[in-house]
Amino acid sequence: MSADTLSTVDARPVEDGSALVRRRRRRRALVWAVRVAAVIVWLVSWQLAATYWIDPFYYSKPTAIAGRLVDWFTKGTAFGSIWTQIGVTLEEAVAGFVIGALAGVVLGIVLGRSRFLADVAAPFIKAANAVPRIVLASLFIIWFGLGMSSKIATAMVLVFFAVFFNAFQGAREVDRNLVDNARILGASRFALLRSIVVPSATSWIFASLHSAFGFALIGAVVGEFTGADKGLGLLINNAQGTFDAAGIYAGMIITTVLALAAEWLISTAEKRLLRWRPPSAGADAQI
Amino acid sequence: MTTPVIELRGATKRFPATGSGTHTAVRDLTLTVAPGEFVAVVGPTGCGKSTTLSLVSGLEAASSGDVLVRGEPVRRIPSGVGYMFQSDAVLPWRSVLDNVAAGPRYRGVGKREARSRAHAWVERVGLGGFAGYYPHQLSGGMRKRVALAQTLVNEPEILLMDEPFSALDVQTRALMQDELLRLWAGTGAAVVFVTHDLEEAIALADTVVVMTASPATVKATFPVPLERPRDVEEVRLTPEFLEIYREVWDSLRTEVAKAREEASRVG
Ligand SMILES: Nc1ncnc2c1ncn2[C@@H]1O[C@H](COP(=O)(O)OP(=O)(O)O)[C@@H](O)[C@H]1O
Ligand SMILES: [Mg+2]
Repeated sequence: MSADTLSTVDARPVEDGSALVRRRRRRRALVWAVRVAAVIVWLVSWQLAATYWIDPFYYSKPTAIAGRLVDWFTKGTAFGSIWTQIGVTLEEAVAGFVIGALAGVVLGIVLGRSRFLADVAAPFIKAANAVPRIVLASLFIIWFGLGMSSKIATAMVLVFFAVFFNAFQGAREVDRNLVDNARILGASRFALLRSIVVPSATSWIFASLHSAFGFALIGAVVGEFTGADKGLGLLINNAQGTFDAAGIYAGMIITTVLALAAEWLISTAEKRLLRWRPPSAGADAQI
Repeated sequence: MTTPVIELRGATKRFPATGSGTHTAVRDLTLTVAPGEFVAVVGPTGCGKSTTLSLVSGLEAASSGDVLVRGEPVRRIPSGVGYMFQSDAVLPWRSVLDNVAAGPRYRGVGKREARSRAHAWVERVGLGGFAGYYPHQLSGGMRKRVALAQTLVNEPEILLMDEPFSALDVQTRALMQDELLRLWAGTGAAVVFVTHDLEEAIALADTVVVMTASPATVKATFPVPLERPRDVEEVRLTPEFLEIYREVWDSLRTEVAKAREEASRVG
C-alpha cells in the first residue's frame, strides 16, 4: 500500500488474489474520492462564507487566491518574475539543506562513535540547541548582508540540529554484534565506519531528512522575511505590509508545493537506498 | 607434541557488575586446543561459554591469567581467527553474496576476486540460488549458512562457534551439523564449538569439555574416539556414542542442576 494512507491494516485472512486486488483498488478509489470531496466542501464553504458573511479583506477567498497565483505566473510579481523568486528561495533552501545535512551527518557520526569527543562536546551542543534559532536569522543578516548567504546560513543551522541528533543516535545504536563480526572478519577502523556504522545510521538519518527540508524552507523564508531583495519570503512579507491576504495565501501555497515536492524526492531516495529493509519496517509504516 | 593453537592458562574474566563490585564470568580457566582439533564446550546456560570464546578471539581481554594463540599472548584479534556469533551478525543491507565477500574485501582482496571467492562459498553452503537475496528474505537456517560461508571464506585456522545452530529446528540442525563436518574436513582448522546440547557436542567433536556452573571453569575433559567421517544422524545411535553420552552427562548434570538452583534463587 502507498505511503499516503494512514492505516494499512487489512484483516481479511483468505481471499483469492484478484478479489484482493479489486478490493484494494476500490478502497483506494474511495479514499481519494473522500479526500477530493473534503477539499471541495472546504473551498466552497470558504468561498460562500467570504462572499456573504465574513470580510474577505482579512480572510481572502479561494477565487482571489487563485487569481493572485494566475497573476504571478502570467504577469509576474512586484519584484520580477515569480520563477526568479521561487528559484532564489529554492536555491537558498537546497544549499542550506545540503550543507546542514552534511555537517550534521559527519559531526553526528564522529561524536556518536567517540565517547570522549561526545563527552567534551555535550554541553556546547546542548547550549547551542537551546538558542532560539530563528533569532539567528537577524544576526546572519548583519554578518552576511541581505543576499543569499544569510538565508543559507539560517536554513543550515535549522537543518543541522535536526540531522545531527539523529545521526548521533544512529551511530551510537549500531549493533555491537555487527561491529564485532566485522572486526573479526578483518575490518579496519575506517572500513568499520564505512561498511557498518554509516549504513546502520542511514535509517535514522533519513527519518530526520524528511522534516529537515521543511526546516530548510522555513529558514530561507524567515531569512527573506527578515530582510531580502528577492524570494518567496519577501513576497509574503510584502503582502503582509500591503494587507494583501490573498498574496500571503498564494505564497504559502507555493512554499507548500515546494516542500511536498522535496518530500517526494527524499522518499524516493530513501526507498532506493533502504530497499534491503523488510517491507513491514520500511516506508509503508509511516504516515 | 606440537604446540597447541589455543592455550588458556588460569584465565579469569571479571566484568563490572551493576552498582559497584565485579561479576566473575570465568575463573581460572585452563584449556588447550591442538591444531586441527575439534573441541566442543558444554555447560549450563550463562556459565561463561561465550565469554571464553571472546577471550580467545581477542574481543575481550582476560582480567588475569594467560590467553595464548599459537604460543603468542592475545593482545588484539589474532590472525586466522573465524568467529560465528551466537546471534545473527550478517549485514542486513548486503545481499548474501556481498555478505560473504565482506571478509576478503576487508582484507584487501580486489572486488572481483572477493566476489568470485564468495560465490564459491555461497555454492558450497547450498545457497547458490540465493546469492542476490537480502538476509530478511531468508529463513533462520539459511542465514546461519550465510554466516558460516562468511566465516569460512577467510580460511580460518581457528574457528570459534558460539551455539551456531541452537536456534534452528531439529531437522535443519542435523543437516547443518553434517554440513559443518563436511566443510571442516580437510581445512585442518581447529574448532572450538560452544553448545548446550550434549548430543551435538559428542556427535561433532574430538574432545568434549564440560564447564562448571557460573563462574565457569573446566570441570572435566572427555575424548570422543568415534571414527570419522561421521554421519551425525547415524553416529548417535551407536553403542559407543551412548556410552560416552552417559559418562559426560554424569559430569554435566550436577552443573546444570546447580545452575538451575542458582537461577531460581536469583530470579
Ligand atoms: N559484557 C559483559 N558485561 C557484563 N557481564 C557480562 C558480559 N558478558 C557476559 N557477562 C556475564 O557473564 C556471565 C557469562 O556469560 P556468557 O559467557 O554469555 O554465558 P554463556 O555463553 O555460557 O551462556 C553471565 O552471567 C553474563 O551476565
Ligand atoms: Mg553464550
